[in-house]
Amino acid sequence: MTPVLEAKNIVRNYYLPGGLFKKERTVHAVKGVSFKVEQGKTLAIVGESGCGKSTLARIVTMIDPASGGDLFIDGKKIDIAAGDLTPEIRRKVQIVFQNPYGSLNPRKKIGDILMEPLIINTDTAAAERRELAMAMLKKVGLQEIHFNRYPHMFSGGQRQRIAIARALMLKPRLLVLDEPVSALDLSVQAQVLNLLADLQDELNLTYVFISHDLSVVRYMADDVMVMYFGEAVEYGARDQVFNDPQHSYTKTLFAATPRADVDTIKARLARKSATLAAS
Amino acid sequence: MALLEIENLAVEFQTSTGPFRAVDGVSLKVDAGEVLAIVGESGSGKSVSMLAAMGLLPWTAKVTADKMVFDGRNLLGMSASERRKIIGKDMSMIFQEPIASLNPCFTVGFQIEEVLRIHLGLDKAARRKRAIELFEAVGIPNPAERLGHFPHQMSGGQCQRVMIAIAIACNPKLLIADEPTTALDVTIQKQILDLLMRLQTEHRMGLIMITHNMGVVAETADRVIVQYKGRKMEEADVLSLFESPKSDYTRALLAALPENATGDRLPTIGEIFKGAAQ
Repeated sequence: MTPVLEAKNIVRNYYLPGGLFKKERTVHAVKGVSFKVEQGKTLAIVGESGCGKSTLARIVTMIDPASGGDLFIDGKKIDIAAGDLTPEIRRKVQIVFQNPYGSLNPRKKIGDILMEPLIINTDTAAAERRELAMAMLKKVGLQEIHFNRYPHMFSGGQRQRIAIARALMLKPRLLVLDEPVSALDLSVQAQVLNLLADLQDELNLTYVFISHDLSVVRYMADDVMVMYFGEAVEYGARDQVFNDPQHSYTKTLFAATPRADVDTIKARLARKSATLAAS
Repeated sequence: MALLEIENLAVEFQTSTGPFRAVDGVSLKVDAGEVLAIVGESGSGKSVSMLAAMGLLPWTAKVTADKMVFDGRNLLGMSASERRKIIGKDMSMIFQEPIASLNPCFTVGFQIEEVLRIHLGLDKAARRKRAIELFEAVGIPNPAERLGHFPHQMSGGQCQRVMIAIAIACNPKLLIADEPTTALDVTIQKQILDLLMRLQTEHRMGLIMITHNMGVVAETADRVIVQYKGRKMEEADVLSLFESPKSDYTRALLAALPENATGDRLPTIGEIFKGAAQ
């Protein structure tokens, strides 16, 4: 079976033109990254800010072209620069952004937000569009009465549900989730993660899940890729990466993640009383 | 004697649909050299109660309390100018968004020296010397040069370090950190938490840590207060909170952590909490 998404040696450089006092320079945001994702699986991309994970998301979503390397979606080679992307390919990949407070147009009603992708990419009739949007609202755990409301009337978790609903309107094969829960509270985070898991089971969706929260990644992912300064320093199945990290950066990352278990707390309190006794 | 003691604090905001109680009957106590964590989701009133203690709420907020004493001084009857002498000096605060809470129009050096000038009345040379010392203490490389930089020239982690340097400039007795690491990466978060804990032990400061991250609580706190919808749900020392949480809300909060996931789906606060309330 061909993987839904396959990337070979993706490179992305940003060229910064020089000015009067500055020399021109090139930023290598992504330096030759390869990965593939099978249908119904989740690939998590982990890394600190500035490591190129969002750049990669933009390339996969066909928003930005890659400077080099090959991208295959459903086995078809994608070349944005050639300008031959049909709506059929575009609708296969959709994205959910990090901040649901910024990604929904405040001047549009929820119904219009959900129907817009259909208007742009398909020639569905108006009545059918409305029906599809209503059905999607229910699928993500909202109600029909929410159709005519504006984004400001919703909480953060509800907004992220709307953003997910919008991404699903075109029945994509692949959903790119760019830190979908990092702006949300713990309890709401659990709800949204459950929703994503339900949708994946029901629609056989493929996820590229970008996050810097390792506990979320461990819960969601099948495969994990750790990025550091534009390079994939670690790539493998989840249990392999979590149980036996190879690269020093991955180890640093694991060590830096705060742990909420009783043994860790006991060890810390013991250390603290020892230093207090010493001083 | 407790450093900060608040009894039965309530904060009300007037809204078009009547008064809204953001904080409802919260009491707390912090001793010198103690780390208290206040946990809760957004809207639980954890930030508002601390802003009330700092006196930073807008005039539309109605703050009432039976007792609000800091370091033996009653904060309730105090005039605004007297209070300004305390906040920023003996009691200071670090805010959540480091980049937004620094003034973009002034260099970070100016902003840290402003505190030293107003509260300690140091002269120019002494201010600069102390500012460099502080930047070194919080781990900003190349401090003398960095003083002349504007906030936009620094990364989020560096800005948070500047905020911490400003907050500890006058060796405060109490430091309130309002979600100090929420906007930062885990590796930077670790550095900032280590820094805060080091400063806290070195200066025997009282530290109030406001957060919604249970991991941060586990790594820093001595005592924990759990808040929900403006009310205190539970108060316990950190070990017993994680080992045997008493309130149903705390249990739900701990169960919703992805690392504690036992089955296929995460339990959500709503279903556990409602089930327990019935």
